[in-house]
Amino acid sequence: MNETFKLDENLLRKRYRAEKRFHAYGIIAIGLALAFILFFFIDVLSKGIPGFQTVQVQVEVDYSQVVADGNYRRVVQKDLVHIASRGWMRTVPMQLRNHPEMIGTKETIWVPAAFRVNQYIKGNEGHGLEQKYQALADELYKQGTIRKAIDWHFFTRGDSKLPEIAGVGASLVGSLVVMFITMILAVPIGVVTAVYLEEFSPDNMLTRTVEVNINNLAAIPSILFGLLGLAIFINFFGVPRSSALAGGMTLALMTLPIIIISTRAALRSVPNSIREGAFGVGASGLQVVWHHVLPLALPGILTGSIIGLAQALGETAPLLIVGMMAFIPEAPLSIYQASTVLPAQIYTWSSDSIRAFGELTAAGVIVLLTIMLMLNGLAIWLRQHTSRTW
Amino acid sequence: MNSGNVILWILGGLLPLCAIAFFLTRNRMTHREVAGLEVFSRPGYYGWLSVIYIAAPAIFVALCFSALGLLHLYQTPLPMFTVGILTAAALGLAASVRLINPEKNARLLVEKWARGLMIFAAGISIMTTIGILLSVLFESIRFFQSVPLWEFITGTRWEADTAFLAGAGRGEEGAAKPHFGAVPIFAGTFMITAIAMLVAIPIGLFSAIYLSEYAPKKVRATVKPMLEVLAGIPTVVYGFFAAITISPLVVQAAHAVGLEADYTNALAPGLVMGVMIIPFISSLSEDVIHAVPQAMRDGSLAMGIGKAETIRHVVLPAAMPGIIAASLLGMSRAIGETMIVVMAAGLRPNLTANPLEGMTTVTVKIVESLTGDQQFDSLLTLSAFALGLVLLFITLALNVISTLVIYRFKKQFALV
Repeated sequence: MNETFKLDENLLRKRYRAEKRFHAYGIIAIGLALAFILFFFIDVLSKGIPGFQTVQVQVEVDYSQVVADGNYRRVVQKDLVHIASRGWMRTVPMQLRNHPEMIGTKETIWVPAAFRVNQYIKGNEGHGLEQKYQALADELYKQGTIRKAIDWHFFTRGDSKLPEIAGVGASLVGSLVVMFITMILAVPIGVVTAVYLEEFSPDNMLTRTVEVNINNLAAIPSILFGLLGLAIFINFFGVPRSSALAGGMTLALMTLPIIIISTRAALRSVPNSIREGAFGVGASGLQVVWHHVLPLALPGILTGSIIGLAQALGETAPLLIVGMMAFIPEAPLSIYQASTVLPAQIYTWSSDSIRAFGELTAAGVIVLLTIMLMLNGLAIWLRQHTSRTW
Repeated sequence: MNSGNVILWILGGLLPLCAIAFFLTRNRMTHREVAGLEVFSRPGYYGWLSVIYIAAPAIFVALCFSALGLLHLYQTPLPMFTVGILTAAALGLAASVRLINPEKNARLLVEKWARGLMIFAAGISIMTTIGILLSVLFESIRFFQSVPLWEFITGTRWEADTAFLAGAGRGEEGAAKPHFGAVPIFAGTFMITAIAMLVAIPIGLFSAIYLSEYAPKKVRATVKPMLEVLAGIPTVVYGFFAAITISPLVVQAAHAVGLEADYTNALAPGLVMGVMIIPFISSLSEDVIHAVPQAMRDGSLAMGIGKAETIRHVVLPAAMPGIIAASLLGMSRAIGETMIVVMAAGLRPNLTANPLEGMTTVTVKIVESLTGDQQFDSLLTLSAFALGLVLLFITLALNVISTLVIYRFKKQFALV
């Protein structure tokens, strides 16, 4: 054995370099993902924040009889007809019909400007404002009778063909109604199914089929749930198309597997000693679950349900299929009425060619993202503050 | 009396009835118990039993009326519907007062009903699957009666616009025969899916390796939730981002190197979809990498093999089935993803290998043919269900394969 082990310096250096490279790949991958998140949020915020800002013009309103009779263009001075929002002017005759005592009075108020003026004042390209009105708008802006202001009405108004008076109010109400239907259907059914599968079901072929089936349902593309809603709920059971009921039931079926899976995980995390203790003092199966296991699993069930509902809230595709994307300016008064939801509203705005709708779309996106982040934050907070180790 | 009011009437009648019965019966039994008389079960169970006595006949009557209506045998007038249900409930209340006595084993009865209810709830998920299957299957069969299956699978021309005329009852206007060759649509779907996977698999996999093998605890605790934010962003937002921000960027970049690109190019939705899928791949891969036994790493490291070499030659091969399964699941997500492609990809079926051209996908075509003002049984509408059937079949197959692969992986390391 006179042969000594000789270190191949070159090979070793190569191997060390490869080690470092591999480590770097991981950091690059994470860096790319995080860079995307940063870019995404900066981009969406920079596009959407101007959407919350509106341009208003100060006009002297003349509530004359002519206006009440329907000639709404006479409500402002002649030169401001193309500066003030047509959508607002149109509402005046109706307002006068409801309040006849206002006829003959005058007042000076701030009203929304037409969307072309809005875009021009904000300095956006493609505003489409005619040359002669540009000078007027500039002058009024300098005088201070055109101003920029935060648009609180964005949250209360419904959709409109005119971007300066369109808002997310109706779709927020629609989302709320749809979510409520989804919740009262999916949460009880999901929890009860999970309790059965986890605590009661015999281990046989049928149970295993149900389990495999639930896992598959969770992986089925959401758009197929839309086809189900269209073919079964709308065409077979005759639920009105575009209604919150059709949308809510479709989303409930889609959310069901998520709630079942998370509830089962929550039930499984309750230690068996709790069950054995309860059985030991003579509780029946249902009493064990109802009095002991479910209360302990409740935080986990709540977290899972919130995450499932948040997902349903952001879902669009199945709702397009059941018709919740039509132009629906009003908030629904009942679950049978046509209504729209926030994601569908974003989709309809994004496909509109008027430039000003682009801003509204991005503003709607910010509203949706805020709600989603709040819901997910709530779920994380619940998980952190109620989780316990046994 | 419209259908909205009916629900109010029924709930307004039933709920108080149930509450009255519950408290009446329970108090009756509590009084007996307090008086020292024999009561078989706890009083609450008698209360619940009386609720069952009321609700069961009412629901039964409601189901009967609804079934008659759906089978077109007899359309029950709404007042009769309401009165019928409330009568059944009232009879139930009378029965509960007469029949519930302290010798009854109320607990056993209530638990039987509760178990039945649970089985019913578990059945709903099965019904959902069957519902999806039937709804796409029936309409697809109708579609394939007029369009041969072979033409659908192998045809390269998708010109469905003229089907609209037939759908509007104007089939005789001499328009060209519609063509339903779905190959360009499948090609577009796979192109966009492939781009998405090219983004998602490397980034997702390397993130998973870094997070599970290299990252300090603190880094892991902050980066992991941030990656999960990507999974929580609604797809309509991704679609907006792809259409408004990424597409123009792709077009500009293509111009910079002297290429032509459509604004509806396949690259933009593919890239954004890839980002959306990163968290799926990374979290699933991390789970399997974590599941590889530590002893295998230790053995390799003890031989003087470097950390990266251990990961490449020992950990990754062991975790490979799980990584493949994760990629398949990610792929099935990409194929079924709708909003990103609806907003950012094209509408025109286009058989090309150039990702800078506009192409369309299965989901886009489904949305396009079902959101117009079409008659429900027009050929165009039916084609959406045929495409839905293909989509269902592919995603189910991918899901089943990945489930089996994961199962075998777990079995290999005795995790099940």
